[in-house]
Amino acid sequence: MNPIAGVGRLGAWAIGSVRALGRFTLFARTLLGAGASPPLRLRRLVAEVYDAGVLSLLIVCVSGFAVGMVLGLQGHNTLVRFGAEENLGAVVGLSLIRELGPVLTSLLVAGRAGSAMAAEIAAMVVTEQLDGLRMMSVDPLDFVVAPKALGMILAMPLLSTLFVVFGILGGWAVGVIVLGGDAGAYLSTLEQATEFSEDVLGGLIKAAVFGVLVGFIATYQGFTARATTAGVSAAATSTVVIASVATLIFDYFITALWGY
Amino acid sequence: MRETPNRELWVGCFVLVAMAGLAWLSLSVGGLELFRPKGLELVASFDEIGGLKSRAQVVIGGVKVGQVKAIDLADDFRAQVTLEVDGELALPADTSASILTAGVLGDQYIALEPGGDPETLESGEAISFTQGAVILERLIGKLIQNIGGGSSK
Repeated sequence: MNPIAGVGRLGAWAIGSVRALGRFTLFARTLLGAGASPPLRLRRLVAEVYDAGVLSLLIVCVSGFAVGMVLGLQGHNTLVRFGAEENLGAVVGLSLIRELGPVLTSLLVAGRAGSAMAAEIAAMVVTEQLDGLRMMSVDPLDFVVAPKALGMILAMPLLSTLFVVFGILGGWAVGVIVLGGDAGAYLSTLEQATEFSEDVLGGLIKAAVFGVLVGFIATYQGFTARATTAGVSAAATSTVVIASVATLIFDYFITALWGY
Repeated sequence: MRETPNRELWVGCFVLVAMAGLAWLSLSVGGLELFRPKGLELVASFDEIGGLKSRAQVVIGGVKVGQVKAIDLADDFRAQVTLEVDGELALPADTSASILTAGVLGDQYIALEPGGDPETLESGEAISFTQGAVILERLIGKLIQNIGGGSSK
């Protein structure tokens, strides 16, 4: 491959990326307009919170418990070296509240609900259901897409909270029941180390931002999917990939901006 | 949409449970104060507070009765510590406060020792008898100095 063609290909890739980002921004703006304007479509919203939230409950709670158990075990093994194993509660709790809760919940929900959301909208594109809605002069963005994105945004902080609670329980199960640590110390070190505004609120804001990311990326991928069967699977795949990477990248910037 | 009521019920349960978890994280773990009854607020000045942090425990005879609310530097360059203790405590006016350490490397906390004065401390009043933290490094430094001084004689 000669170098000139290589540079040209790089340029084409860069133009393509910027163009995709621009389309995504325009889509997000239109979606915001559609979601913010009445009617609220409460029943559609409840159905979407059910799909994104309630159906993700099992995977989120089980994963949270498992992560908490691992943190309890690893934390105990490390802390024991310094003779500080009574601080296990603080280690498990802070890791979960600040980082692991929002990030892992976002990754799990992107895989579990985000992909389904993108595939559902993409299938509607393929089967021309969205065109049918337009024929009846119903805006598909307002009727189908906006409640889905909003449902994801509402569900994510709630799921992240449950992930953290189950993680703390998991750490407790290993640290106190299995390894025989002190139950009172586990909770009191956790309570002393955690601040509401710095830790709990920071984690909630992370989860809300991740909800916006996953919700918008999933609906965008579905809405702009090619109208073929391959387009449906491509929409689901790229939702998981893009939403996961975006979560991890945004996580750094939110952490830096929140002022640790 | 035959299953709509069932679905709404599930969403309602989901939101309720998550909100309960959030309330626990914020109020109990995070120490957010919304409905907590206002406790007795006391001020104590120390020469040295060592590694005392806000939200450290305040105990009487080992029983937790409150926590450190704020630590400021007073005008006379002493550390001014604001304590919040259980509002129902009737502490004698000559109660003393000292900063102790749990174990050799553990967290620092404030121990109150009630005196015998019939008058009680009201909210906002100062604890006059205080004993600051013991800094391990200074103790060791003094010890080394003493040993050095002894051998040179």
